[in-house]
Amino acid sequence: MRTDFTLAQLADPEIDAANTILRTCVHCGFCTATCPTYVLLGDELDSPRGRIYMIKNLLESGQPATAKVVKHIDRCLSCLSCMTTCPASVDYMHLVDRARVRIEKTFARPWPERVLRALLAFVLPSPGMFRLALKAAALGRPFKGMLPGRLKGLVTMAPARVPAASAVDRPQVFEAEGKRLKRVALLTGCAQQVLRPSINEATVRLLTRRGCEVVVAEGAGCCGALVHHMGREDQARKQARANIEAWEKAGVEAVVINASGCGTTIKDYGWMLKHDPVWAERAARIAGLARDVSEIINELGVGELTEKGLPAVTYHSACSMQHGQGLSEEPKALLAAAGFEVREPAEGHLCCGSAGTYNMLQPELAGRLLERKVENLKRAGGAVIATGNIGCLEQIAGGLAGGTGENKGPPVVHTIELLDWATGGPKPEGIP
Amino acid sequence: MKMPQPDAGVIARRAEIIEAMQAIVLGEGVITDEEELRVYDHDGLMAYKGLPLVVVLPETTGQVSAILEYCAANEVKIVPRGAGTGLSGGALPLADAITLGLGKFNKILEIDYDNRTVITQSGVTNLAITEAVEDEGFYYAPDPSSQIACSIGGNIAENSGGVHCLKYGLTTNNVLGIEMVLMSGKIVHFGGKHLDSGGYDLLGVATGSEGLLGVITEVTVRILQKPETARALLLGFPSNKSAGNCVAAIIGAGIIPGGMEMMDKPAIHATEDFVHAGYPLDVQALLIVELDGPEVEVDHLIERVDAIARQAGATHLSVSRSEEERQAFWSGRKNAFPAVGRLSPDYLCMDGTIPRRKLADVLQRIEELSQQYGLRIANVFHAGDGNLHPLILFDANEPGELEKAENFGADILRYCVEVGGVLTGEHGVGIEKRDLMGVMFTEDDMNHQQRLKCAFDPAHLLNPGKVYPTLHRCSELGRMFVHKGKLPFPDIPRF
Repeated sequence: MRTDFTLAQLADPEIDAANTILRTCVHCGFCTATCPTYVLLGDELDSPRGRIYMIKNLLESGQPATAKVVKHIDRCLSCLSCMTTCPASVDYMHLVDRARVRIEKTFARPWPERVLRALLAFVLPSPGMFRLALKAAALGRPFKGMLPGRLKGLVTMAPARVPAASAVDRPQVFEAEGKRLKRVALLTGCAQQVLRPSINEATVRLLTRRGCEVVVAEGAGCCGALVHHMGREDQARKQARANIEAWEKAGVEAVVINASGCGTTIKDYGWMLKHDPVWAERAARIAGLARDVSEIINELGVGELTEKGLPAVTYHSACSMQHGQGLSEEPKALLAAAGFEVREPAEGHLCCGSAGTYNMLQPELAGRLLERKVENLKRAGGAVIATGNIGCLEQIAGGLAGGTGENKGPPVVHTIELLDWATGGPKPEGIP
Repeated sequence: MKMPQPDAGVIARRAEIIEAMQAIVLGEGVITDEEELRVYDHDGLMAYKGLPLVVVLPETTGQVSAILEYCAANEVKIVPRGAGTGLSGGALPLADAITLGLGKFNKILEIDYDNRTVITQSGVTNLAITEAVEDEGFYYAPDPSSQIACSIGGNIAENSGGVHCLKYGLTTNNVLGIEMVLMSGKIVHFGGKHLDSGGYDLLGVATGSEGLLGVITEVTVRILQKPETARALLLGFPSNKSAGNCVAAIIGAGIIPGGMEMMDKPAIHATEDFVHAGYPLDVQALLIVELDGPEVEVDHLIERVDAIARQAGATHLSVSRSEEERQAFWSGRKNAFPAVGRLSPDYLCMDGTIPRRKLADVLQRIEELSQQYGLRIANVFHAGDGNLHPLILFDANEPGELEKAENFGADILRYCVEVGGVLTGEHGVGIEKRDLMGVMFTEDDMNHQQRLKCAFDPAHLLNPGKVYPTLHRCSELGRMFVHKGKLPFPDIPRF
């Protein structure tokens, strides 16, 4: 595609990178077909091709972002389905990231929006704060009718019961069972350990059983994805640097991630810090060590099977898993190897609407995507739904909740909880 | 590219027109802000751009009818747009025209296995039709390479082809009926689930009409049962010429493959980088030949094609061993155009069609022109039906390169016509080949074609400036015929 940046603009390495990306796009429109918002809205403005063109105009103009552009960029889920589809391999992810940063820096959002975003950016990355907020929300439930729109939505979304903090998430080292094959760090993350502590517990059991010494590193925390997708580049980089430092000290062969949204971001640390002379190389090294837990287990094998007569599983591939990290087959293969019959839903490439903070910031579109997703998942007919990302897990569980009797949806669990169960761990909560 | 002079009177009434549109289409379906309109300033052909007066995205046939009725009464032009994947600029906006997008017409309305038909709204993608029926073992045969994204309504407007058209026909052979809104706002139905209607074949007239006769809102297509077996062969050749001769020999032997496609070296490399289909990288030309039908027939045909290919000098022969592998073979071809984005920031895609026996000759000429213009070329095309898609690679950031590419393209198309071919096989004329129509048609030919347009749209409000190089008032056409091509009314703008 033709671009019109001035030489002065191109002197900025970020603009130069955006220019390189833009020039690979030939505007064929293939991406529109698999974009969730285009599928829903049928408007070029809400398609990747339209956004790419808007971003080009925004960056070329050098002007502050306008409300219209912000509206359409905000509607992008960053699900990266377009990148799987794109035959020219346009690096949409880094382009839309650049646009989000430009928006964050040049556009004054209306104040309720600003407060909400600041609140999410402050609360979600900190497990302590998040747990507190969820408890407050639980208390606020009876009064939700009195709350203003978006806040009411958030309170409704919060679980009725907040589980207690798990001991596995504290900094420590878990020894490998038997011969130590690998020493790995586990990202215990932020929101996941609060919402579903059982996922990290199952991961530690499975990894140690498969011969991994697992380090929960002191000083590691949120991967930075949440704030990164809000265009808060500096905060994201700060969180990335803290993790890099913590994992360097831990001296590990791999950094294992069991939330694919986080994995996509950590695998991208190299790009995130590439213009930082102190951190560029270190970031690239850690990014190179990052592995989704399914990759590690795939390498080590699921191990001895202890359970028989396992239920059929409908596998929901998180966008960050299939599009962000290109892992579409591995998790399914593992489930099959563990003795589960694996089913796939129709429209598996479409996002469930969770997308980080998207369901909180764009509840209407997220709700429509969720409805569509839940229908497809139910139709696939598995007794359990498995996925590898906490955001999808909560979103889909929320979408299935409320039904009773025959309408009651299947339980939603993390893939790793099923693998753990099949190889000696406890049966995941909710499975009959 | 010269376009008709915008009507200042219409532009002056913009606010009023917007208000009228907003009364018909509620919410976000009326797009008026410049920065949003800019996103609609071109379709799949990026070389030409223009801001529309306003973009309207209706959701029902009733709304389309109301919009057209208003526009007819108020002399506002309409540019229909499907998925915006067209490569001939058919949906290029005009400053004094409403761009009418059918993106929200995305629902499949009825699947009728007993009659083997599907009724869909016109904005549904080509591939979505196949996806909706494939579990039952059916598919929709025409498969343009952009099938993942292009709309069925756009397919009808352009009479699109695809790799399987060699055996199963173009869009026109697979569409059974349409619902179309005329410029007056009247909703008409041509065809239906049956094979023939009485009277003139108006469905045939509408197919390939490039948005000049009406706005298609609903489509009935025929679906076919998937062949019992389909296998694809990859045949590599040391030269374009030997590959071209192999194509002619296969057809000459009475074999009609399901699809027969050819790619030259640059295209092979660009696509292999993306899909890793297992294409041989040490050949100059690659043929993908698909044979389908009952297993015994396919096995027999593979043997015959294999023998013909060896005779023609093939240096690489492989046959797909599984359905996945067959899909992978095709995947490279289907993604070839955009994958060329890896070789060059911009390309122009030509669409000439030639008699098959001239393949080697035309490729030779294209190669000479490539040297002469100093622009690289990647060739990807439907070899089986002689439909060429040379991709002229250029960099629009370099001043003068677009013009050079345009001239190069025009020379290719002229040569196609010279050897007995035609300007377009499936992408349509649009604006891209508009000024070359005279190479193929005489003034009389074009006048007759435009008279048909006048019967549907006497005020020339639908997609003006596309397809025909000269603008005539409908009343003028009769006289033109009498004057044998001498142009009366020299004051009328011609472009």
